[in-house]
Amino acid sequence: MAIWLTKDSKVIVQGMTGSEGSKHTRRMLAAGTNVVGGVNPRKAGTSVDFDGTSLPVFASVGEAMKETGADVSVIFVPPAFTKAAVLEAVDAEIPLAVVITEGVPVQDSAAFWAHNIAQGQKTRIIGPNCPGIASPGASNAGIIPADITPAGRIGLVSKSGTLTYQLMYELRDFGFSTCVGIGGDPIIGTTHIDALKAFQEDPETDAIVMIGEIGGDAEERAAEFIKANVTKPVVGYIAGFTAPPGKTMGHAGAIISGSAGTADAKKEALEAAGVKVGKTPSETARLMREVMS
Amino acid sequence: MDLFEYQGRDLFERHGLPVLGGGVAETPQEARAIAERLGGKVVVKAQVKVGGRGKAGGVKLADGADEAEARATDILGMDIKGHTVHKVMLAETADIKDEYYFSYLLDRANRTFLCIASVAGGMEIETVAEEQPDKVAKIAIDAVEGVTGAKAREIVAAAQFPAEVAEQITDIAVKLWQAFVAEDATLVEVNPLAKVGDGRVLLLDAKITLDENAAFRHPDHEALVDQSAVDPLEQAAKAKNLNYVKLDGEVGIIGNGAGLVMSTLDVVAYAGEGHGGVKPANFLDIGGGASAQVMANGLEVVLSDPAVKSVFVNVFGGITACDEVANGIIQALALLGERGEAVTKPLVVRLDGNNAEAGRAILDEAKNPLVERVDTMDGAAERAAELAAAGK
Repeated sequence: MAIWLTKDSKVIVQGMTGSEGSKHTRRMLAAGTNVVGGVNPRKAGTSVDFDGTSLPVFASVGEAMKETGADVSVIFVPPAFTKAAVLEAVDAEIPLAVVITEGVPVQDSAAFWAHNIAQGQKTRIIGPNCPGIASPGASNAGIIPADITPAGRIGLVSKSGTLTYQLMYELRDFGFSTCVGIGGDPIIGTTHIDALKAFQEDPETDAIVMIGEIGGDAEERAAEFIKANVTKPVVGYIAGFTAPPGKTMGHAGAIISGSAGTADAKKEALEAAGVKVGKTPSETARLMREVMS
Repeated sequence: MDLFEYQGRDLFERHGLPVLGGGVAETPQEARAIAERLGGKVVVKAQVKVGGRGKAGGVKLADGADEAEARATDILGMDIKGHTVHKVMLAETADIKDEYYFSYLLDRANRTFLCIASVAGGMEIETVAEEQPDKVAKIAIDAVEGVTGAKAREIVAAAQFPAEVAEQITDIAVKLWQAFVAEDATLVEVNPLAKVGDGRVLLLDAKITLDENAAFRHPDHEALVDQSAVDPLEQAAKAKNLNYVKLDGEVGIIGNGAGLVMSTLDVVAYAGEGHGGVKPANFLDIGGGASAQVMANGLEVVLSDPAVKSVFVNVFGGITACDEVANGIIQALALLGERGEAVTKPLVVRLDGNNAEAGRAILDEAKNPLVERVDTMDGAAERAAELAAAGK
């Protein structure tokens, strides 16, 4: 069944006519995703051909939903326009908005998140600065390569894109129910905890891989949640054990200030919650193999 | 990006917040001129982005221009916790009666902003929070509504600021929030916010962090970058649009994706423990589309660090296919040769994921004696560490 994204999901793309948007729309279609259209007010009424599939362009998310029954939007617009795009998706009450865009100002993310709360949280936001969500064999909303792994019974939630791919690849013989890249920014919509909760409730997920990295205390809070609520086995990995304090390593959220947020603190918290934590991605995969066999 | 105190003071002044007159000097002569302009007693403060400068002797009082010049001479060039003092700020002195604390910052856990305010200022807020937790007020700020007059009064009441300064601090709270938003800050910290002899409340220090993601709407922020502190390699990398952070080690690192590169640093550091303690020399994320050009630029930056003895190229082919990456590496080496910067350090390459087999075959066929292929991340890290140790 997977979480949040299934074969029945109808996907629209905000920014479909841009270079990233069109490249990944083509890839999503090739992966079997039911992409039903795009949004661009300046090109509304036109359509775009993707290797034989013609997709209509709508003026707004609301119109696209009305015309196609879309329930997922993937957002590829540039950072300067991302806030407006997410606000539009939230106002249209689309159930899932996946924000791929990297480099969104944190005040913009805070603003669209606050707006989503004020509107009663009718939209699940994933990202920004994330690779998206993939339910192998069913649907793919974002930029996660679709052919790394077939469907299976492991759920994965991660702050990092390529580390997600690495773990998917190492465990491809088991396969995955859903892989969620939540993004590495300081403010993100969907958290580790949201994904852990959904995987715990998903009858088609048997075990969970959780990938974190230095900065913030999201992993520590996830550990508390696991202790109290998750009965399925969880295997963890944290990147950044040897990172020097005070330096931002690519992800704006991955900065250690003072003592909180270190990889060691996160590892300890997770282990205290019964999570097995791998020292390297390969060791993490080995730990999951032991769980699954 | 963290600002210097003087940049923060200027920013406050531009946004109509009450600060003392001041200026910044890079030489004792400039310091003298500023002291003359300010007149009377001044304070000379080392401009470093690290705490504890007062204890280190980086803050001195001066009575008049002669003394200001002398104190600036003492402080300029000083080393404070590894930071060389290149600039001093001169400011008017104030007759401080009370010291408070006030900040706005990002609250990651609650996905919003937070105001922290306290009547106990002038010391580390962490210390206050530990010793007198009842004196630290934390008030959530809604990112959409912001700090209105009503919100500011709520902050003033929560922090129990005295009645005689309540009105002034309410006004400061609103203006400071406006500055926070207008400049795309993620932190503004004022410690102390002080009541002075004539009853005014002034912002006497400034610790500000600006959001680099918002640079596209703040062309003026570019001028705030401290060029003296930017590592020359980091500067060269930035000019090539590369995400590079210089570290102290011997194994150059190139990878795709921030998380994978961070993980690579860990794996190399672990491997280094068995090879005389060699460490990663840098963080370099070349991103998703690892073209030959980007790979060449990355190799050039990594190899221009004289400490680098070996390079570990760690790529997981997701969207980018590994054969393209392999071609990129081979072409990059040729490109560097043409630029007259022939590579002489060994490269350990690990390719996995999309089209890995084809990519590995391309590396094998190229038969470049400097390029060694290892197919697992742990194995490649081990080999790169070994080569770096041998090259030391």
